[in-house]
Amino acid sequence: MVKFTLNGEPQELNVPSANPLLWVLRESLELTGTKFGCGIGQCGACMVLVNGQPTRSCQMPISAAEGSEVITIEGLSEKGTHPVQEAWVEEQVPQCGYCQSGQIVSAAALLAANPNPTDEDIDVAMSGNVCRCGTYPAIRRAIHRAVGIQEKLASTGDDAGGEE
Amino acid sequence: MNDQLGDSIEGGGITKNLSRRTFVKIGVLAGTGLTLGVSYRVIKGPGDPPTDAAFAPSAFLRIDVDGSITVMVAKSEMGQGVATALPQLVAEELHVPLSQVSFEFAPAHPAYGTAMGGIQLTGGSTSIRDSWWPLREAGAKARWMLREAAAQRWKIAPDKVQMYEGKAVHPDGSKLTYAQLASAAALMDVPKDVPLRDPADFQVIGMPAPRLDVPAKTTGEAIFGMDAGPTGTRVALVARSPVFGGVLRAFDSTAALSVNGVDEVVELESGIAVIADGYVAAQEGRGLLTVEWEDDGEWSTLDDAEIVDRLQEAANQDGATVREEGDIDSVLSLDGEQIRAAYTLPYLAHATMEPMNCTAWVRNGQCTVWAPTQFQNGPGLVGGGARQVAAKAAGVSPDNTVVHTTFLGGGFGRRAEQDFVREAAELAGKVDGPVKVIWAREDDIQHDFYRPASYHECSAILGVDGMPEAWRHRIASQSILQRMVPSWVPDFATNWAGSSDPTSTEGAQDQPYHIPNILVTYSKVDLPVPVGFWRSVGHTQNAFVVESFIDELAHVAGQDPYEYRRELLEEHPRHRAVLDVVAKASEWASPVPGGRARGIAVAESFGSFVAEVAEVSIENGQLRVHKVWCAIDCGMVVNPAIVRAQMESGIVYGLTAAFYGRINIQGGRVVQSNFHDYQMLRMRDAPDVEVILIPSQEAPGGVGEPGTPPIAPAVTNALFSLTGQRIRELPIQIA
Repeated sequence: MVKFTLNGEPQELNVPSANPLLWVLRESLELTGTKFGCGIGQCGACMVLVNGQPTRSCQMPISAAEGSEVITIEGLSEKGTHPVQEAWVEEQVPQCGYCQSGQIVSAAALLAANPNPTDEDIDVAMSGNVCRCGTYPAIRRAIHRAVGIQEKLASTGDDAGGEE
Repeated sequence: MNDQLGDSIEGGGITKNLSRRTFVKIGVLAGTGLTLGVSYRVIKGPGDPPTDAAFAPSAFLRIDVDGSITVMVAKSEMGQGVATALPQLVAEELHVPLSQVSFEFAPAHPAYGTAMGGIQLTGGSTSIRDSWWPLREAGAKARWMLREAAAQRWKIAPDKVQMYEGKAVHPDGSKLTYAQLASAAALMDVPKDVPLRDPADFQVIGMPAPRLDVPAKTTGEAIFGMDAGPTGTRVALVARSPVFGGVLRAFDSTAALSVNGVDEVVELESGIAVIADGYVAAQEGRGLLTVEWEDDGEWSTLDDAEIVDRLQEAANQDGATVREEGDIDSVLSLDGEQIRAAYTLPYLAHATMEPMNCTAWVRNGQCTVWAPTQFQNGPGLVGGGARQVAAKAAGVSPDNTVVHTTFLGGGFGRRAEQDFVREAAELAGKVDGPVKVIWAREDDIQHDFYRPASYHECSAILGVDGMPEAWRHRIASQSILQRMVPSWVPDFATNWAGSSDPTSTEGAQDQPYHIPNILVTYSKVDLPVPVGFWRSVGHTQNAFVVESFIDELAHVAGQDPYEYRRELLEEHPRHRAVLDVVAKASEWASPVPGGRARGIAVAESFGSFVAEVAEVSIENGQLRVHKVWCAIDCGMVVNPAIVRAQMESGIVYGLTAAFYGRINIQGGRVVQSNFHDYQMLRMRDAPDVEVILIPSQEAPGGVGEPGTPPIAPAVTNALFSLTGQRIRELPIQIA
């Protein structure tokens, strides 16, 4: 039995302790926004936040999630209004879209830790996420745009991001 | 009219709301509104009226009584934007803003056969070209019928009724919505010919409309193949022969079946499927299979060295002549310095972000599949589309087979093959309940249909003015089309000389430079490596070769590579225009910042013209591409934002190949297995990209592929300019 918080809701699951968090999310909990891309921690499609840290869920046994707070793309905001998600829509980032849950989660983690990242910061923080459609230039633009959205929210005190 | 799709079509939704539990409950044609038939048209040119190719009534558009307007998107959305651009075509002629339109993916059905003589396929950058007339006509005919309905209601002449933003407007200013008119319009006969909007009056076409699929792709709601299927779907992984052509001799499933969660092991044509309650158990079970393959045949020792030997040997022989002008032999035998270069290109995997997968369910003589496929319907090509392939594999009739197309996590040509559908349908036919076959990344990399490796011998003679007098290009590679049924395209068999393959020679046989004596030949090489369509196909290699070799000639002639090309393109104004625009944007003639250099390349592919300039440097011994300028003329543009995105996309795709792309063969099998040894370009390596669209009234061209061909030569030409190292083999290795 493993207990953790998922998108703000407590979870108690009886699954093999070695099963990666990715497959528990996708199969047991039917949260399919987190994607399977490589299974070896190389592509970042499975990125989630574990206690606020960007984490490759394909590499994390569910037992290691015990007691932690997990946020997936579905829990980043209630209505897709996290500053990163809004910036993604405004910059029209997604093409095929398969890697974008992971990209958005990585970018959200970056902005939480570093509210105004440089291009170099973006290179470092985002190089764990592969995109085969080549949306990298758009992602870079969107992260810079998200900075502005986040600053505006902070200045108006409006917490529309919904992140727990 | 609704009957035409009444054969048990079940809707495939685009978001979570319409998926999984509710997947099988929703009828596509649930509404009682207007469904419009249109015919298949062939696009020829802007002023060229469409002609009836094969009348095939279909349903691209639905207006329901609640006013919702739904465009059935019969092309696969794999990132290239069809789920937005195709609705734009309809909205334009229907006189509604795009914001009033939603879309659904069309089922596999002959009514949607707008590609290549009547098949339902997404490939060859054809979506806009295939849909330009049929979808605009669908919108225009619907608008005509709605206007008739309004005129009858108001008892006035139809031409007194204005159609504006989803409403019919009476001269006195009163209005009727399309929702109010839909039921009456549905009773009208479909008009045969209606006028289409003059491009000068376009309101929706040509606008950078936001993509309709973007919101769902930022919240995790978009349903890909991996996410589709009914509740209770089991997961299977398949063990396949690692050696090309290996045949199963024997296997022992005892250990696999002992894994908690594994419940069946089933032999398939392609290998052995391990079925479990989830991915992890299926993977563990597959790892415990003991399998004996009969894989010690002729090809079991095949390796890179032998492949290159065979390609070189073939290239040095006279192949099939695919272009001959002037008298190449006598010119090449003249005294004078012959310039020669040989180019070598590797096999490439597609590596879509979403690995291959398919879900299938066979019950009561019916087969239902959920597939991220590029090819839904149409007999002929390698056994047909998903519908035909699944039907055959499951042992049911195609009429009893339903294909739900999901979002595709990348396609790039890989998903034009239906091997992953075949496996799932065959397995579903042998077991109870729905089952999803998931390919691990390793399966995906090692069992692809690869971009063929190729070898190219080029020779040229320059005249006293430095311009080429003679150009010979000998190509050797495997043939993609050889694997396919020659009757794929009606006139294909007659056009195919038997020994040639246009997908191997495109971009070489039609290279645009004015040279009096030209010979292009093709030598087909038989090897067991499965080869297939890879984003821009033959252009990926031939643009690299042609644009590298012309660059070499310019340097031998001591001329500027841009001016040299320009002079040779006098008869090709669209090539010349994109070159001029990209040269201007990149300030080609001005000095390059210290430690950097620029390279240029141009290529026409899939009906569009693209020129690119790359600015590069060497940092810590590593090649770095700082900036790419890209000029495209793709004729009339439906959505300029999508065109720009596709250019960025094609450039990054081509850069990945130029930097890293190589599939090695050893012992008759693929060496690489995952992203650690088949590397992808990442954020830190991605250049700035500036895209310039050339205004044009020409017929639309493709955009999904044409951004890719020029990028590798633009980069390697820049590298030559920087260091003097001429790259004649990809991926790039810095000396």
